[in-house]
This record gives sequence, structure tokens and C-alpha cells, in this order.
Amino acid sequence: MFAGIDVGASATKCMIVDESKNEVASAVRRTGMSLRKVADEVYKEALSGAGLEPDGIKVVATGFGRKNVDFADSIRTEISCHCKGCYHHFPRALTIVDIGGQDTKLIRTNVEGKIIDFKMNRKCAAGTGAFLEEIARRMDVPLEEMNGLALSSEREIEIGSYCTVFTATEILSKIREGEKQKDIVRAVFGSVIKRIQEMNPLIGDVVLTGGVVAHNEILFDLLEEALGREVLKPPKPQFTGAFGAALYAMM
Amino acid sequence: MEVLVAFGFKVYFPENHSALIGARKIADDYIPVANAVGYSPEICSYLTSDIGAYLRNETPLKDAYGVSSIPKPDVLAVNTNQCRDLYEWFSFFGRRFDAPVFSIHPPKYLDEVEEHHVDDVAVQYEDMIARLEKMTGERLDEAKLKEAVALSLEATELWKGFLDTAVHVPSPLTFFDGTIHMAPIVVMRGLQIAVDYYKQLKAEMDERLENGIAAVDDERFRIYWEGMPVWGRLRKLSEQFVDLRACLVASTYCNSWIFDDMMPDDPIRSMALAYTKVFVNRSEPAKERYILDEIKRFKADGIIFHDARTCPANSNASYGMPARMMEDHGIPTLTLDGDLNDLRCWSDEQATTNIEAFIEQLEER
Ligand code: SF4
Repeated sequence: MFAGIDVGASATKCMIVDESKNEVASAVRRTGMSLRKVADEVYKEALSGAGLEPDGIKVVATGFGRKNVDFADSIRTEISCHCKGCYHHFPRALTIVDIGGQDTKLIRTNVEGKIIDFKMNRKCAAGTGAFLEEIARRMDVPLEEMNGLALSSEREIEIGSYCTVFTATEILSKIREGEKQKDIVRAVFGSVIKRIQEMNPLIGDVVLTGGVVAHNEILFDLLEEALGREVLKPPKPQFTGAFGAALYAMM
Repeated sequence: MEVLVAFGFKVYFPENHSALIGARKIADDYIPVANAVGYSPEICSYLTSDIGAYLRNETPLKDAYGVSSIPKPDVLAVNTNQCRDLYEWFSFFGRRFDAPVFSIHPPKYLDEVEEHHVDDVAVQYEDMIARLEKMTGERLDEAKLKEAVALSLEATELWKGFLDTAVHVPSPLTFFDGTIHMAPIVVMRGLQIAVDYYKQLKAEMDERLENGIAAVDDERFRIYWEGMPVWGRLRKLSEQFVDLRACLVASTYCNSWIFDDMMPDDPIRSMALAYTKVFVNRSEPAKERYILDEIKRFKADGIIFHDARTCPANSNASYGMPARMMEDHGIPTLTLDGDLNDLRCWSDEQATTNIEAFIEQLEER
């Protein structure tokens, strides 16, 4: 058995797989303040879910807290792990878009699944999960309702600002102009897609992955609309990094 | 520099002062002070650090050398071969100290430096010399100028010799060593002391080569650094690369102080050529050719571009160069967002992960 633990900025994920790369168990928790503790907890939860003992299980840790997982056998960056995870599901040249809590990454691979290049968003939160959280808070919409609201939108409006603070101001003026909440929320998701398109050309087969897209299906629709073609979705996008880490544990 | 040395001036470099502020991680105390009086956070953070420190009446020279303030200049001399910011920075001090600012403005972004470019700059040198003569009441001593140029040339060749030892696999030095040892070639050109310094340094490198001493144990990857150093993170970055067993073998930045076109017999024209030819002042294609040659010469596995927020002049990640390096030449590239001095533009978290992932990318190639 092989385990991958992805200590992300907002959630910590664990996935255990067997020799045939099939999922045996998984678990997820909010990361919170103690990285060691949460890593330990998700691991134990996944183990008990599968009725396993930790002995003999190889563990690879990834994510921003990867160095805090003291029981891991080795570490690997989330960039390599997302790539590995996505390539397993879609073995061809890919452009991988991982929208995470604090950063968004774009990774391009060749047909063998090797990284050609990758980019992270600049320091601003625009285009990341943190951005959506901030805007949800400002608009007084529970985060989990953002996706549903956006899906019900019938009118397309534009939000163009480059940074989180300016977007918030832009939203205020949309509210003043009498735009509906659901249309503004959809436009906010639309701005996430725009930020991504500015990072690198999205060529070939595009995979959208990470925790944020797992909870906000609308992002698939919007990206497909922007690109005019299908966007690939890995099973359990939130766990792609942990899955990739487990695959590294196997190597 | 050489002209000033020939006139017998003691030369002080604000750039060096700023690098010191950056390396001491105190730039963030001073940049906002300059911002507040109208110098934008988006312009050169050398400028804003230095002007901020001056306005606060503080200097790291106090701790280092017991010097309580920067010296009062009689004259400010500047060449805008790197950028405009330098000129604006010197002009600030010109106003403060009521001292004249003499400047050389070479033609910009040249693909090749041609005769007429050199003519233009040589005339500007002559003009500057005439002004200095008027100001000091003394004629320029040509023998002294030739001597200064000869010493510059000698120092610059030794400096190149030092940097070039990194061609060797494994390299006996890293970019970080270069950033520390470059001070004399920047601020002591034209003086014997720079020559003596680099003779000693070069000898040490040759000894390392002879004994097979590598800068990075078990060197696995060799990387070219493009852009300014992140002065406040020299140690942290150098340790990370050592841990990853990767060596930053060469950089445009350190190479930029090789002025091997200097000719003591033709001091003015050769200075005009050498200082106009600098990398920063060149066209994109010229820069691209230069980097490609260096990558080959130093057998680098990839390039890291440092996109310094406040120094567009020295950030070559902005006009598509990394993409061209990768797509046209198949060289793996990584771009780090950061800054020379303004650490508010730098994220340790992102940089660490980016560098680690880049090494993983090279591992799996
Ligand atoms: S080249 Fe860059 S660091 Fe140097 S003075 Fe100009 S802006 Fe500042």
C-alpha cells in the first residue's frame, strides 16, 4: 500500500492506493494551524477507513506543508504530484490547471507526462481560492452557495480588475448599478478564468484540478466556454495531488 | 569611473550602498520613506532604499565601517547605459547637495554597437571631461587616464578568469560567490587594489580546481541565473541550492562587469565602446544570443529568470525571452517573481516551491 498526503493551504488530503493504483481510502480535513497534527489525523482517518495499519506503507508528502509531515518517507512538490496524478488519468500531453487555496498553477507536460514548464500566479490572490473566499465574504454569500448562485445566472457581466482589492471595489459599483447577486457571482468566477488564461497559453488537452474546482463546477463550464472545447476533469479533483504523491510513493 | 580616478576624485557608489542595505535586509525600513516623498514603489528599489535611508539619516556603513553618513559629493557622474532610474537617483543627490550631475546617455537597445554609436558616446565623454576640467581648474592628465584604463582592463580580465573557472564541472564557485566578490570590480575599477584582489581570488580558484573542490557537493545540475540577485535572500537561496545539489554556475549579472574592450592606448573610445556594449543596453536578439552562448559555455541545464519587480531594465523575463528559450531552444526555464531589495515583492514560500519543482522537473527529464 502507498499513501500520499497533500498538506494544502486550506485543506489537507490523504489518499491510500494499492499496487494497481486503485484508491483504497481517502480523507480530508481543514488544514488549520497545526500542520503536523492535521497530517497525522488525515492519515489515521484514511488508515482506519481502510482497516489498515501504518506498517509497511510508503508515504510521500506534498503541498505547502510537505516538510512538516515527519512520518513521510520522502517529499515531492505539489507541481510534480498534480502532474503525476493527472497524467495517470489522461496519459497524453496536457495543460494542467490547478486552482488551489492560495495559488494557482499551470503545468504543461509532454506526451510522456514529463513537465515542460510550470507557472504559479504572481503574489496576488486574484484567481485563487483565497480570492473566491474573500469575495464571498464581502458579498455575504456562504462559500458553498457561490457555485449554485453562479449556475442560476442568466445575464453575463464583466469583471475586469487585476487584483482582489480592485475587484471588490468593482463589485461595489456593480451592486450600485443594480446588477443581481447571481450575475455578479458568475462574473467573479469568470475573472478567475481570465487570470488563468493570462498565465500561459492553454494549448492541447486541458485538465482542471484542485480543491476549488471540486466545489465549483461552474469553473468547468466557464473554461470550456472560453476555450470552445472540452475540459478534462479527473475523478475527485481535490485529491489529485495526494493521489500523485501516492504514485510517487510507489516508485 | 576611470575618468574620475584620473582626475584624482575619491569615488563613492550609491548602488553599492543600496546592495548593502538589501543584503542587510533593512531595505523595507527605507523604501516606504522614499515612497512617501513621491518615489513610486514600482521604480528601482536601489533608488528608493538609498534615498529612504538618506532621508532617515541612517546608513549600514556605520555598523560596518564606523562611517556615520554617506559622503557629500562635489560632483555626480552617471552613465545611463543601464537605466533612467540611476539618473533620477543621482539627480536627487545633486539637488540635495547642490552639486552638478554630469551624465552620459548612450544610444539604447543596440543590436550591434557600431562606430557611430561609439563616436556619439566618445563625444559625450569629451564633454564630461571638459566640464570636469572647468570645475576642478585642472587639465586631465592623459597618462593617468591611460593608467586607470589599464588597471581596469587588468582587473576585468582577472574577474573574467575568476568567473570562467565555473566552466569546469563541477564548478568551484556559485553565482552567490560572484555577488560577494564583485564589489571591487564595481567600485574599484581603475585602481591597483582591484587587481590585487582578483589576483588572489583567481589563485584560490585555480587551487580549488587543482584539488577538485566543488562549490556544491555532488553537483547534479548546473543553472544559469538571469537577472538581479535577491540581496536579502543570498544565504537562504544559496543553502537551498546546496541542499538540492544544484549549482548556479553563471549569471549575466556578474558577467556584466567584464569590460574587456578597454584599451589603454585609446582610452576614451574604448571606454565608450565597453560601457555602451553592456548587456542591459542591448536588443532582445543580442541578449538572446548572449545568453545562449553562455548556457553552452557553462554547460547549464536550465535558466532561472529573476523577474525583479522594480528593475525592468535588468529583468529579461518581460518580453517573452523565457518562452523563446524554451520553445525555440528547448532550454528548461523557471521565472521567479521577486525583487533586488524590496522583499515585499518576494514570497519565500512560492520561491522555495518553484525552485524545488524546477529541480524535480530537471530530475525527471
Ligand atoms: S538597472 Fe535596475 S537596479 Fe540598476 S539602477 Fe536601474 S532599475 Fe535600479
